[in-house]
Amino acid sequence: MNLPDDLKYTKEHEWCRMKGKRATVGITDHAQSSLGDIVYVELPEVGDVVKKGESFGVVESTKAVSELFAPVSGKVVEVNDPLADAPETINEDPYEEGWMIQVEVSDEKELAGLLDAASYGKFVEEEQA
Amino acid sequence: MANPTGWKPDVQAGVAHAAQEEVGLGHATRGLAFEEGLLFERGSRGRTGVSLPPRGSDADPAREIPVALLRPEVEGLPEVGELEVVRHFTRLSTWNWGIDTGFYPLGSCTMKYNPRSSEALARLPGFAELHPLAPPSMAQGALELMYRLERALSEISGFATTTLAPAAGAQGELCGLMVIRAYHVARGNPRKKVLIPDTAHGTNPASSALNGYQVVPVKSGEDGRLHPEAVRAAMDEDVAAIMITNPNTLGIFESHIAEIADVVHAKGGLVYGDGANMNALLGVARPGDMGFDVMQFNLHKTFATPHGGGGPGSGPVAVKEQLAPFLPLPLVVREGDRYRLVTDPAERPRSIGKLREFWGNFGMFVRAWALIRELGPEGLRRAAELAVLNANYARALLKDAYDLPYATDSLHEVVFSDKNLKPTGVTTMDVAKRLIDHGFHPPTVYFPLVVHGALMIEPTETESKETIERFCAAMRDIAEEAAVRPEAVKAAPVKPVRARLDETRAARKPVLRWTPGMKVE
Repeated sequence: MNLPDDLKYTKEHEWCRMKGKRATVGITDHAQSSLGDIVYVELPEVGDVVKKGESFGVVESTKAVSELFAPVSGKVVEVNDPLADAPETINEDPYEEGWMIQVEVSDEKELAGLLDAASYGKFVEEEQA
Repeated sequence: MANPTGWKPDVQAGVAHAAQEEVGLGHATRGLAFEEGLLFERGSRGRTGVSLPPRGSDADPAREIPVALLRPEVEGLPEVGELEVVRHFTRLSTWNWGIDTGFYPLGSCTMKYNPRSSEALARLPGFAELHPLAPPSMAQGALELMYRLERALSEISGFATTTLAPAAGAQGELCGLMVIRAYHVARGNPRKKVLIPDTAHGTNPASSALNGYQVVPVKSGEDGRLHPEAVRAAMDEDVAAIMITNPNTLGIFESHIAEIADVVHAKGGLVYGDGANMNALLGVARPGDMGFDVMQFNLHKTFATPHGGGGPGSGPVAVKEQLAPFLPLPLVVREGDRYRLVTDPAERPRSIGKLREFWGNFGMFVRAWALIRELGPEGLRRAAELAVLNANYARALLKDAYDLPYATDSLHEVVFSDKNLKPTGVTTMDVAKRLIDHGFHPPTVYFPLVVHGALMIEPTETESKETIERFCAAMRDIAEEAAVRPEAVKAAPVKPVRARLDETRAARKPVLRWTPGMKVE
């Protein structure tokens, strides 16, 4: 399982990378491999406001449709538009090219509730047991 | 001389056994299969499948159409003879799979056999040829059938009254949620949320959202059941309703339903029952007695009317007394020995209105009524018991080959996970595809979402013991094959007219339009 150390994770299998007040958000390697081939992704628009723990979009694979849950609250400042035509990028490169949205974090205290790579890895193992 | 060589087939081994392997455990065969191209690629210029009578005058109809609307030539329309058209569609129909072809254990879909007797009665000219605008005085038989079916469904489910209007299960849900909203609005507050367990059908959140409700998911417990504490924690006076399928999509009976209903009712909420799994309860238990306030039926599941391409469906909605004024129109009422269609909203001012054109999918009402009358109360109960027995037989035959994620008793369907397959690299989808080679329709896969790599099997009461045994033998065969020759399972299916299709490419880069001369790899 590929789990970069510099990321924060959620129990809903999203990751978030902080740079200043800006969080880049995507789904984990484990999430993309469980979903299988991703065929469609629905993301918010720049300017929309997302709330921690609430749905900000939808990802659809040949198996199922799953909601995407925001790891942090804030305003969407950038959206990875090329994913609309190339959703397979999420499967191929979930942590770099496959990022989904960038959020201007409104409350940095929320970050404390996220998991680090080791605890997320442990959570996934327990979930699969 | 009957058998000059003295040769005897050995059913345990040898030729007969080999022949059986050849055809697959579901009696699939590799007989003559017709390849069939697109209709657009057939025929020749100027060929036609119809002959029009000679024109009675010199008037040319084309001249009646404004020139601006006429196209000089239409590119690419098929020009074929009648026999070519007949063969085209007949051949395509031989590629089809249906309950009349073979076993179809699609979980939560209740793909049961549609009895020929119900079909025959639905084709009686008095029913089949009745015009939807016929005056009620000339449609008394049809109205009486609707009235009696409404009464029977209300009695079977334990509710006060039922609307037959909804066209299918999902529209039944929409209708039920509209009724719930209308009820809350009449009490001064439509409320904001609907609670939905994580085992729910995907249509439940959709129906809630369409009615302007926010969906609040509720986690089920370790035993696969919904627990009153989880509902209590999520319940407040903004909750309009909870939507529960009982038995749930794990095939498990929600044994805390009465207490959960009390929790929801105490805060003024209503309990919606998704009747998709009603086949497990027919004649045994009534949702109305468990605390449900509203429930939709799926006549195309529970009452064996055609289903899935052969429909249309029908999704009657049953309600308790306090919700009856909000039901959609039309309704059929009995006045003495006459039956009357209520269509005027002035007569039912609180009705949510009309859901669709005309009077519901009447042909389905005839079939459902025929089944109810043919089976009777004892027969309906027996059908539910057999459906439960068949699912449990499949569970018993498969539980050491596939992982059973919930040990809790199953009712009419059973759900396995892909856990035992993990080390082989074979996925649930591969198992489903391999079943096709054995001559079985795969079960529901990857649903419910709470089970990893779910395989959800619902045999229904109409399958024989032998069919269930053959299906389970095929499932076991595939599990063994996955362990020793995973590549064979991953390459399946190899026997049908079309081998494994690229579902990913079909979803990512669908080709939806044919144009003359196009080449598709």
